[in-house]
Amino acid sequence: MIRDITIGQYYPAESPIHRLDPRVKIVCTLLFLVSLFIQNSLPGYVIATIFLGCVISMSRVPVKYIVKGLKPIVILLMFTVVMNLFLTRGGDTLVHFWIFTITEEGLRTSVFMAVRLIYLVMGSSIMTFTTSPNGLTDGLEKLLRPLNKINVPVHEVAMMMSIALRFIPILLEETDKIMKAQIARGADFESGNIIQRAKAMTPILVPLFVSAFRRANDLAMAMEARCYNGGEGRTKMKPLRYKAQDRWAYVITVIYMIVIFAVGRFVPFKLWIF
Amino acid sequence: MKMIHAEKLVYEYDKRDEEGNVIGTNRAIDGVDIDVPQGSFVAVLGHNGSGKSTLAKHMNAILVPTGGTMWVDGRDTRDPAELWNVRQTAGMVFQNPDNQIIGTVVEEDVGFGPENLGVPTDEIWKRVEDSLRSVGMLEYRKSSPNKLSGGQKQRVAIAGVIAMEPKCIVLDEPTAMLDPNGRREVIRAVEKLRKEKNVTVILITHYMEEVIDADQVFVMDDGHIVMHGTPREIFSRVDELKSYRMDVPQVTMLAEELRKRGLDLPRGILRREELVEALCRLR
Repeated sequence: MIRDITIGQYYPAESPIHRLDPRVKIVCTLLFLVSLFIQNSLPGYVIATIFLGCVISMSRVPVKYIVKGLKPIVILLMFTVVMNLFLTRGGDTLVHFWIFTITEEGLRTSVFMAVRLIYLVMGSSIMTFTTSPNGLTDGLEKLLRPLNKINVPVHEVAMMMSIALRFIPILLEETDKIMKAQIARGADFESGNIIQRAKAMTPILVPLFVSAFRRANDLAMAMEARCYNGGEGRTKMKPLRYKAQDRWAYVITVIYMIVIFAVGRFVPFKLWIF
Repeated sequence: MKMIHAEKLVYEYDKRDEEGNVIGTNRAIDGVDIDVPQGSFVAVLGHNGSGKSTLAKHMNAILVPTGGTMWVDGRDTRDPAELWNVRQTAGMVFQNPDNQIIGTVVEEDVGFGPENLGVPTDEIWKRVEDSLRSVGMLEYRKSSPNKLSGGQKQRVAIAGVIAMEPKCIVLDEPTAMLDPNGRREVIRAVEKLRKEKNVTVILITHYMEEVIDADQVFVMDDGHIVMHGTPREIFSRVDELKSYRMDVPQVTMLAEELRKRGLDLPRGILRREELVEALCRLR
């Protein structure tokens, strides 16, 4: 079950989205995330859905795979929906039952909120699915390079990120292994209240941390052995250069942003879903 | 021409108690002299804690000697100005395949070394392709290392070192964590490299079967080099090897036992075919 977490992983495939410059993907993803927050109406969400749908189908990442990435946020999602559903007041009352009241406004907010959250995760996971972590790191490094002037260690941070991403599946596998080993020794992770369960995690976390440190040590040694010496004097195997397709991607995203903005701003009527 | 040359090499580290106070020093390597000519295949054998991995780490300047000197291609590893040259000259492959792969795509990992060296982009691509081909992993160039088997990962790690075009490859127990199939894969890849690229190979291992093709074998015990010679010379001294807690290849063992029971077999039989031949000659 723990290995089902697909968020943040790279899905190798040949697609126009995969071939885009990582910088384009980072900037456009950020713009897409912003677009989810500057509007809150049905037409806006329809446009966002179309945009996201097109990107997903172009990326050739199976939808099932992307949906699997939503698993970790299910609880957060349900919490948000429930809170919004019962606590937002406004419009006609749809259901009134004891102390619970569901209003039109509440239903609307909670549905939009859920969609927003789901799109948020899907949008950003499309970026990680289609960009190899090294690409992502290179992109970030180049985008943030100006920060070098104020002594931000951009290269180091980028390198750390890419290594972290590389080790996610390895550590997950390890967690799985340790869990099974502890279960075989009679550990119980399934029963008890939340505090007892949290306490039961200790025999997993301690060995996991120990092994993570050991791995970090090994990896640092392996990197040094391969002449890694910080960002200076390094060349790139895949240097980033904007191509025609990248310019088009920017153009399309900017057009999308303008449309979304216009819809959020100038569509005066409230369109109800129901 | 000496690729690796060590004189009276000593490596000491502090022994500490539980509070971290120094309570003495441990000698992991104690007065080792070693000489590896260019282009040769040298194996270092030893059981756990014999100091063989510590010795390997000296060849790449990951550790620097506390006494004596280590030269790699004529460069003193203690000279900080030569550090990166030493590391480029002697590439190193480690034991754990997962902990030495940095890239998330096979080809990016192989490109990591050349990138660090500042090799121009076109040249990096050429080297990546070449080195992946020479370990037989070219078809996996776009895959994620997590999806590979242990033997394949280790071959990628070797390709990553080859791409830096070292004169010498140090393999620090590259097969210790692999199954027999993976082990064979890796050893075969190393052999092929040696023939095609004429690189010096130093193989640290405790599997005897892997060293029978070596030009020279060093056996380490407790920080010392206790035996040195060709594989045939080493394996003819079965009892001595056993005293250093080393196993002997099964064929050699069988031949030795038969010899002790009075069969007229030569010492130091390494391969099954040799034993068959020797047995047939008995009649």
